[in-house]
Amino acid sequence: MNSPDISVRNLWKVFGPGGEKIPNNPELSALNSAELLARTGCVAAVRNLSFDVAKGEVFVVMGLSGSGKSTLIRCLTRLIEPTSGEVLVDGKDVLQAGIAELRELRRRKMSMVFQHFGLLPHRTVLDNVSYGLQIRGAAKNERYARAREIIELVGLKGYERHYPDQLSGGMQQRVGLGRALAGDPDTILFDEPFSALDPLIRRDMQAEVIRLHKEMGKTMVFVTHDLSEALKLGDRILIMRNGETVQCGTGDELVGSPVDKYIEDFVSEVPRADVLTLKWITRPVAPGTPGDAPVLSSRTVIRDAISAVMRSSCPVLVEDAGKITGQIDRDSILSVLQPVEAAA
Amino acid sequence: MSTLVQERTTVQPAPARAPRRRPGKRTILLAGAAVAWLVGFLVLHGTSTLTLPASELTDLHRSLNQFNAWVAANRADNPVFLYVFTPLRAAVDAVANVFITTFAASPTGLRLPEIGWLGTVGLLGWTAFAAGNARVALLTVAVFTFFGLQGLFLEATYTFALVLTAVLLTLLVGIPLGILAGVYGRVAKVITPVLDFMQTLPTFVYLAPLALVFLIGPASAVIATVIYAAPPVIRLTAHGIRAIPENTREASDSLGTTGLQRLVTLQLPMARRTIVMGINQSTMAALSMVTIAALIAAPGLGQVVVRALQSLDVGTAVNAGLSIVLLAIVLDRVTTAASRRADPAAARNRRVSRRTRYILLGITLVLALAMVQLSRTMLWAAAFPKDLNIGPAIVQTVAAASQWMQTNLSLFTVSFRETVTTGILNPFQSLLTDTPFYILVAVIAVAAYALGGWKLAALTTACLGVIIYLGLWSDSMVTLAGTLVATAVVMVLGIIFGVAMGRSERVDQIMRPLLDAGQTMPAFVYLVPFLGLFGATRFTAIIAGIIYAAPVAIKITADGIAAISPTVVEAAVASGSTPWQVITKVQLPMARQTLALAANQGLIYVLAMVVVGALVGAGGLGYDVVAGFVQSALFGKGLAAGVAIVFLGILLDRMTQAAAATPVRKIPTTRTRTT
Repeated sequence: MNSPDISVRNLWKVFGPGGEKIPNNPELSALNSAELLARTGCVAAVRNLSFDVAKGEVFVVMGLSGSGKSTLIRCLTRLIEPTSGEVLVDGKDVLQAGIAELRELRRRKMSMVFQHFGLLPHRTVLDNVSYGLQIRGAAKNERYARAREIIELVGLKGYERHYPDQLSGGMQQRVGLGRALAGDPDTILFDEPFSALDPLIRRDMQAEVIRLHKEMGKTMVFVTHDLSEALKLGDRILIMRNGETVQCGTGDELVGSPVDKYIEDFVSEVPRADVLTLKWITRPVAPGTPGDAPVLSSRTVIRDAISAVMRSSCPVLVEDAGKITGQIDRDSILSVLQPVEAAA
Repeated sequence: MSTLVQERTTVQPAPARAPRRRPGKRTILLAGAAVAWLVGFLVLHGTSTLTLPASELTDLHRSLNQFNAWVAANRADNPVFLYVFTPLRAAVDAVANVFITTFAASPTGLRLPEIGWLGTVGLLGWTAFAAGNARVALLTVAVFTFFGLQGLFLEATYTFALVLTAVLLTLLVGIPLGILAGVYGRVAKVITPVLDFMQTLPTFVYLAPLALVFLIGPASAVIATVIYAAPPVIRLTAHGIRAIPENTREASDSLGTTGLQRLVTLQLPMARRTIVMGINQSTMAALSMVTIAALIAAPGLGQVVVRALQSLDVGTAVNAGLSIVLLAIVLDRVTTAASRRADPAAARNRRVSRRTRYILLGITLVLALAMVQLSRTMLWAAAFPKDLNIGPAIVQTVAAASQWMQTNLSLFTVSFRETVTTGILNPFQSLLTDTPFYILVAVIAVAAYALGGWKLAALTTACLGVIIYLGLWSDSMVTLAGTLVATAVVMVLGIIFGVAMGRSERVDQIMRPLLDAGQTMPAFVYLVPFLGLFGATRFTAIIAGIIYAAPVAIKITADGIAAISPTVVEAAVASGSTPWQVITKVQLPMARQTLALAANQGLIYVLAMVVVGALVGAGGLGYDVVAGFVQSALFGKGLAAGVAIVFLGILLDRMTQAAAATPVRKIPTTRTRTT
C-alpha cells in the first residue's frame, strides 16, 4: 500500500447545542446515541473515526441511512464543520486550514459528486462542467477546451449546449462527474452518487467509475448504502453504524470474517463465491493429492475457480507467492455455493 | 412526560356516555366577554361613548396643528431639514422631473414634454418588446394610444413618469436589501418585522406626515410610493435566494467558491425569475400608491379620479379609472412577460433565434427613434390631436348609464343598500359606538388574553389607550364596525369560493386569472363603479372594501384547501363521507390556520379600503384623514386619525395572527430533557 493520501484521526461531529464539549468528555463520549440524546440533546453523527485512504485507492464508506456516512464525507472538506479530530491531506490538517487554504483545497485537491447532482439549472452542460475552472479563474477558452475533453471522457459529447433539465438522471450525474473531474483533483468524493438512479443506469455508471478509476488512477472516497455497489467498487470498505466504525477491510475480509452479528447479517445475502477468494476455503494438503495437480492462486475469486476444480479429477492445489499453501476440492467449492443457492 | 403516561395508563371505568368535550378555557373567556359586552351595551347604552363631533378638536389636535406651523416656520433653518429632508426631496424631485419632462410636460406643466405622444408610444412599445415580447409591445402601443383618445394622455404619462421614478428608486433600495436579507439570516430577521409593519400600514396613513415633511408634489408622492412598493421586491429577492436548493449551494461550495462568486454565479442567476416577479409586484404596488398620492397633489390620473369622486362625477371617474386599469394591465403584462423571459427554461424554447431577434430589435429601435424624432419636430406628433377625443363621449355615456341605474334600479340597489345598512350595519355600529368605552376595552382585552395571553392583552389595551388619547375613540369604532362587517363578508366569500377552487381544478383555472386581475388593480379604482351603483354612502365604501379584499382571502383559502394531503381526503371519502362532511369535518378544520391567515389579510385589505372609502362618504377615521388634507384647521386631527388607523391596524393584525398561530390542540413534546 502506498503512503496514505487522506488520514482521518479521531474525527467527531456532534450536532446540537454544546456539542463541542462531548468528544473531550470521557463520560459523555462513552454514551450510546440514545443516551447521549437524552442527556445532552445532541446527536453524534460521527464518533471517533480513524482511517487511512491510500493514494489511488477506492475507499468505500458504507452504512444504512442515518449512520453518519454523508456527514463524514462532508467533514473531509469541511462542507460540514467537524467538531474535533484531524483530517490530514498531504500531511496537512484540513481542520486547521484558513478560509483561503480550504478554498484552495476544494478547488484543486478534492472535488465531490453529489447524490442529487447539484447542477446549476441555468447553465449548459459545458458551463456546468467548466464551473469549477471558472471559479478558480481559468480563462474562458482554456476552461472550455478542458471541459470539452472531460465531456467526451464522461460520454456526453454532443450534449454541450443542453441544459441539465433536458438530460436524464444518469446523464445529469455524468455532468456531475465531469464537473468533479474537470479541475483534475487528486481525490474525488462521491456521496451516494447513484442512489437516485434506476438500477440499469446505476450499473452503467458504476462501470463508468471503474473505467475512469483505471484510466486516471484517482483516489476515490465513495459513500453508499448499497453493499453490492460497495463490493463492486471498493478496494476497502468501512462499515459505519451510529457514527462509529464497525469493521474496515477488503470485501472478502468482511464476507469471510465478519467481526460481529451486525456485519454477518449485513453480508448474509452476498453471493459468497463472487467475493471470497480461494484463500478462505483452502485446507491443508491431504496426503493423497498428486504433486502434478493443477495449481491456482489463492487470490482467485471462487467463482472463477469453479470450472477448473470441477474439471480436475483430483483436488486443486493453491499457491500464494510461489508457495503451495493448501488444496481445495469440489466439496469445498460446493460448500460455498450451496447456502446461497438454497437461499436463491 | 409523566402526565402523558398517567393519561395513557389510567383506565377509564368504561363510561356509559362518552363524556362531552368540555368547552376550553378560551371558549369560556370569549363567550364571557361577549355576554359582558351585550349586558354593558344594554344597561349603560350611550354613556361614556367619547364622541367627538366632526369639526371639534381636542387639545392634542390643536398642538399637532401647531406642529404643522412649526415645521413650516423651521423648514428653512432646522438642520434636520436643511441637511436630510430638503436634499432628499431635491434629489427625488430631480429624478422625477427627468421622467416628467421626458414623457409628460415641463415641471410647470405648461410646455410640451421632450418626447411627444408618438415618440412615447414608440419608445415604450419598443421597450416592452425588448423586455417582453411582441404581444405585450402591441398591447402597450394600443393602450397608450387609447389614453390619447380618452383625452387623458397627459395625465397618464404623469402617472407613468411617477411610477417609473418610484420603481427605479424602489429597485435601487430594494434589490440590494433583498440580497442582503437572502444571504444573511440575521439581516432577514431584522428586516422582516419592519416589512410586516410597512405592509400592515394602510397606504393612506403616511401621506399626511410625508406631505408635511417633504411638501406636496412629486417628491413626497414618490417617497410614499417607495415605502409602499419596496416590501414585495425585498421579500421576493430574499426568498429567491433562500429558496435555492441546499444541494446546489453545497455543490458550488465544494468547488471552492468565494461568497461573491457564489452570489454572481449561483444565487443571482437562480433567483432571477423570483426577483423579476418581485419587480412585477412592486410595480403594481407603485401604480396603486401613485394614484392614491393624488390626495397630496401628485399629478396624474389619480387626481382626475379624486376630483371626480369629490364632485360625484361618475362619468369622469370611470373614464380616468379605466385608464388606471389599462395602465395596470400594461405594467402587469410587460413585467410578467419580462419575468418569463428571465426564466432559463424559456431561453432555449424560443421560436426565433437570437440573431433574428437582435435584428428585429435593431429595426424596431430605429423605427421607435424615428417616431421620437418626429414627435420632437411635428406638432401633430407631439401633442395628441384634440379632435380625436372620445373622452367626453365616454364620460357622458357613463354618467347617463349611472343616472339611469340610480333611478331605475333604485328599487333594487337602494332597497338592498337600506336593508343592509339598517339591518346589519347600523345595529353593529351602534353596538360598538354606543357601548361605554371602558367596557369595550375590557372586552377586547379579555378576548386578546384568550387568543394570545397576557402579552397580547397588554398590546391591545395599549393600542386602544393610544386611540383614546388621540381623542378619536368614536370615529375608530365607526371604522372598526365597517371593517369587521366587510371582513365577515369577505370571509364568507373566501370560504365559499376558496373551497370550490381548492376542491376543483377547473374552478381554480377559471377563477384564478380573475382574482389575479382583481389584485393588480389599484385600490382606488374599486370605488368608482360602486359609486355609480349605490351613490356616496358608507355602504359603497364597504362594498368596495369587500371586492378589494375578497381575492386575497379566496386565494389564501383555496391554497390552504388544495394543500391538504390528497391521501387524507381520499381516506375520508373511502370511509363513506359525503362531500359536505369532507368539507366540514376534514378540509375546513385542517385548513384552520390558513383561514385565520386569510382573515388576517382580508382585514388589512378591508381596513385600507374602508379608509379610502372616506372619499365616497364613509365616515370615521378615513373622513378625518381626508378632511385633514383639505382643511388646514383639521390637519392635526387628520394626523391623529392616521395614527389611530395604524394602531387599529396593529390591533386587528396581532389579534388575527394570534388566532392563526394558536394550534388546535397542544401536541405533547416527545423529547424529554433531563438537566
